[in-house]
Amino acid sequence: MSNETSATNARRGQAPRGERIADWADGRLGIYSLAKSNMRKIFPDHWSFMLGEICLYSFIIIILTGVYLTLFFHPSMAEVVYHGSYVPMHGIRMTQAFESTLDISFDVRGGLLIRQIHHWAALVFLAGMMVHMMRVFFTGAFRKPREVNWLFGFLLLVLGMFTGFTGYSLPDDLLSGTGVRFIEGVILAMPLVGSYLQMFIFGGEFPGHDIIPRFFTVHVLLLPGIMLGLLVAHLILVFYHKHTQFPGAGKTEKNVVGMPLLPVYMAKAGGFFFLVFGVISVIAAIASINPVWAIGPYRPDQVSTGAQPDWYMGFAEGLVRVMPGWEWTIAGHYTINFGVLIPIIIFPLVLAAIAVYPFVESWVTGDKREHHLLDRPRNAPTRTGFGVAWLIAYLVMLVGGGNDLWATHFHLSINSITWFIRIAFFVGPVLGFIVTKRICMGLQRRDRDKVLHGRESGIIKRLPHGEFIEVHEPLTQEQMHALTQHEQPKPLEIGPEVDENGVKRKIKRSQKLRAKLSKGFYGEDNYIPKPTVEEYEEITSGHGHH
Amino acid sequence: MKKLSARRRHPLAALVVLLFALAVTGGLYAAFAPADKAQADDTAQSLAIKEGKKLFAVGCASCHGTGGQGTSDGPSLVGVGAAAVDFQVGTGRMPAQQPGAQVPRKKNIYSQAEIDQLAAYVASLGAGPAVPGKEQYSKDGADIAKGGELFRTNCAQCHNFTGKGGALTNGKFAPALDGVDPKHIYEAMETGPQNMPSFGDGTLSQSNKKDIVAYLGEVNGDKTASPGGMDLGGLGPVSEGLFGYIFGLGALVAVAIWVAARTAKAKKS
Repeated sequence: MSNETSATNARRGQAPRGERIADWADGRLGIYSLAKSNMRKIFPDHWSFMLGEICLYSFIIIILTGVYLTLFFHPSMAEVVYHGSYVPMHGIRMTQAFESTLDISFDVRGGLLIRQIHHWAALVFLAGMMVHMMRVFFTGAFRKPREVNWLFGFLLLVLGMFTGFTGYSLPDDLLSGTGVRFIEGVILAMPLVGSYLQMFIFGGEFPGHDIIPRFFTVHVLLLPGIMLGLLVAHLILVFYHKHTQFPGAGKTEKNVVGMPLLPVYMAKAGGFFFLVFGVISVIAAIASINPVWAIGPYRPDQVSTGAQPDWYMGFAEGLVRVMPGWEWTIAGHYTINFGVLIPIIIFPLVLAAIAVYPFVESWVTGDKREHHLLDRPRNAPTRTGFGVAWLIAYLVMLVGGGNDLWATHFHLSINSITWFIRIAFFVGPVLGFIVTKRICMGLQRRDRDKVLHGRESGIIKRLPHGEFIEVHEPLTQEQMHALTQHEQPKPLEIGPEVDENGVKRKIKRSQKLRAKLSKGFYGEDNYIPKPTVEEYEEITSGHGHH
Repeated sequence: MKKLSARRRHPLAALVVLLFALAVTGGLYAAFAPADKAQADDTAQSLAIKEGKKLFAVGCASCHGTGGQGTSDGPSLVGVGAAAVDFQVGTGRMPAQQPGAQVPRKKNIYSQAEIDQLAAYVASLGAGPAVPGKEQYSKDGADIAKGGELFRTNCAQCHNFTGKGGALTNGKFAPALDGVDPKHIYEAMETGPQNMPSFGDGTLSQSNKKDIVAYLGEVNGDKTASPGGMDLGGLGPVSEGLFGYIFGLGALVAVAIWVAARTAKAKKS
């Protein structure tokens, strides 16, 4: 190697500066082999594969703007009297946290814009993660080997929710202070440990002087640090597993069809980063978010109507709002507040239901193979139905969290809305599951018809004897492949109840359950049989049908 | 005197003293009561009352009774005062269009002169708060910051941080205060219309009310600046979340579709 290099050097004089720098770096970091194995990494093209990128870029934007904000924010609950440039607040007592937020908004150059970019990016980040997760769920991209990455993504979502919540609380305004009060109530509602935990977290009675500084540390250091680590792990796994792709001609479980990382994908991704930054900046420039000056500083004796958390916590808000305020008093002075306790039990359960789904599905179906080709949602009706049911439960509670605004803006009674939410939380997912499954079956049936009879062309033809028919165009080979490439697995069998000697076989209860669920997943009600080659040939070769 | 002291134990003596006492109080009242002044005022007031009574018979009596005494369909108006009439009719709430959870604000069909006549008539039924003077609700000399603090303490729990309104039970609501005449805000605090508690001068002093009115004019008036851009209704995180999803994520998805569609495609040869 060195001989060769010196030989070429001798021929051409000294190597260009860039090459020398690269050589220097390669000798110490091994970038050549790293680049060689990764530069030609292929990424398939589909807009829904860029949802994760939206999350990544908005996370970067949040970090950049967040660093700027920390330069001016004082996470202190020491009381001051305001004398800044926002006149309607003059002479009002507030904490330093709130005062510095007002200063950022009115006195720091670009402060308000950066604050709004930070906050809007946070909303978009969480929304992006949610929708990204839906994409992964409904296409079955979470299947082996990507279950662990699914969990990383899920953890990012949950941590994102709490990072968002702690950040929303930092300005110590009347809105977020009400949210912190809510959290205090949640902690207090935990039986036995509640009151101790509350004193530990708040460092004394509510509100104390510790919670804002503590939230600050959690918001800028602890949670983002963990998230950054998870994010890197998430991306490494995406690289390692390679990206999934939608089925189509030429796409198999063994290949990835798309564009190489360098130069095409890098250029696209880099450009997309600036587009995301641009869109969020435009929104931050035209639309106000969390106008703390209009909301006022937090005081425990004040509260406003319409006090909601940011949307990603709205689901928890809804659970508490619609839960009847039951409580027990045990032995005279131990109160168990079910009105809050039950919601805080349901909240993690609902989240966990979606998190463990990949493991449940692979257990039920017994499918341990690797999958790199995505499912079309219609071809997995049970999974799609479950996803829709989960989303309905989530959305119903999100509506519940804003029940007062639904009441005022649609001229409804808040009590009726609350009752509707209570019932819909249980009935809605069931109905959603059934309806979605039926729709999936309908779509499968349509696919079958399309393959067998072709596409409806919209051209009406009159036959000599007067009959009108619509001309159907046959599909191309590629289209037909896309519609028929999926598998239709059979449900697990547990075999006969008795063995060949007529002795009852020992079948574990879990096996029976699994067989039953498997039937629910892959049973006859779950698929329209794909057209077979014989069927296709009979129809297309026969009597000139349409 | 002897005659008097001799009859002092007469069975009717107490009655005579009572009659005498009544005559004296009555006489003194007649001499000093403000009613005298009203009578002396001139005919303008009584004319207004007379006209107001006519208007009342047409627009109000079917629910509130011919003498404002109230019926099963509407409360008694004795003692509600002129301020209540000026608020209810001036904001178009009264006459009510239909019974319901709450009577909403609508277009006012009475002229201010007619409202004054109605108010005069209702005020004549029993003493109540009078229509505030302009100096009571003008923002001159008001402390806006203090008004904000008072608003957040007393009003925000129903009307939202800056008076954008909120929901109450069973279809009732605290209305949005956008574009409400400062006079009407003052009167509402004074009289407590519908589900609102009344904040009499003992609860919120006149200068407190003035501060609150001034604060609302500052944060929820026609000329209120929104330094951050569109205020999205001032409703807080619900409208922000909706906006973030539709215009934030929506725009980004549109951009993603655009980027994905404009790919470097291998040329088909």
